[in-house]
Amino acid sequence: MRMSDFVVREAIQPELTATTKEGVIREMVESLRAAGYLKGGEPEDIVKAILKREQLGSTGIGRGVAIPHTKHNSVDRLIGTVAVSTPGVKFESVDGEPVNVLVLLVSPQDKPGDHLRALENVARSMREDGFVRSLRSAGSREAIWALLNEAPLQW
Amino acid sequence: MVSPLSRSVSKREPMNGETLRQTVTVANPQGFHLRPAAAFAKRAAQFQSTVTLTRDDRRVNGKSLMEIMFLAAEQGSELLVEVTGGDAPEALPALVEIIAAPSMDDGDES
Repeated sequence: MRMSDFVVREAIQPELTATTKEGVIREMVESLRAAGYLKGGEPEDIVKAILKREQLGSTGIGRGVAIPHTKHNSVDRLIGTVAVSTPGVKFESVDGEPVNVLVLLVSPQDKPGDHLRALENVARSMREDGFVRSLRSAGSREAIWALLNEAPLQW
Repeated sequence: MVSPLSRSVSKREPMNGETLRQTVTVANPQGFHLRPAAAFAKRAAQFQSTVTLTRDDRRVNGKSLMEIMFLAAEQGSELLVEVTGGDAPEALPALVEIIAAPSMDDGDES
């Protein structure tokens, strides 16, 4: 599994406009809706679920990376999006540092294995500081998409 | 679910103290997802001992949340916990308990 297997290309945001935790989560979910993946009240429902999950413990895993996520019935396969905030967002991360790269995941209720493999994939990609730096400076949706396709596959 | 405690002194480990190891089966239906992994890394960091987690041929630093995520351990996976150092006897059961827990303390698996 590569990040490009579950990231919705049209929803990638090379520069977020929001500057707060709730704001960036909202902006990322909205990008999935705009890309045609969510409808009606689903985006708001998903934003609320993701914020509730964040209250249980931040998904900021360190190195300026966060993986906000939830399970939701509106999707029948795991989807996600990637966004960059150049100034950084306060996220109560494990290392206390602001977050510059976000990977938001929405997964079906009944596929925990896919969610675990997506987390693995994101963590494995982000272990390389160079990869995180490249994402931060990518500047465009296409440049980010190209990086996601290059990310290492093997253990 | 939890195998009996096994003890062995490893000559390869440079640190003082013995290496204690135990194989544990992931009990959580959602697998060893981000929250239990974060709880594990945080607890592991509270001990002076080195902590490693192994699943099949994947061996990672048990104090690194990011590395624990490499394991993608689903329910039923067997994880080998190895703890080396003076506080290993205290650390091992505390860490094993987190993997063997069928749910998070608050019952919320989101």
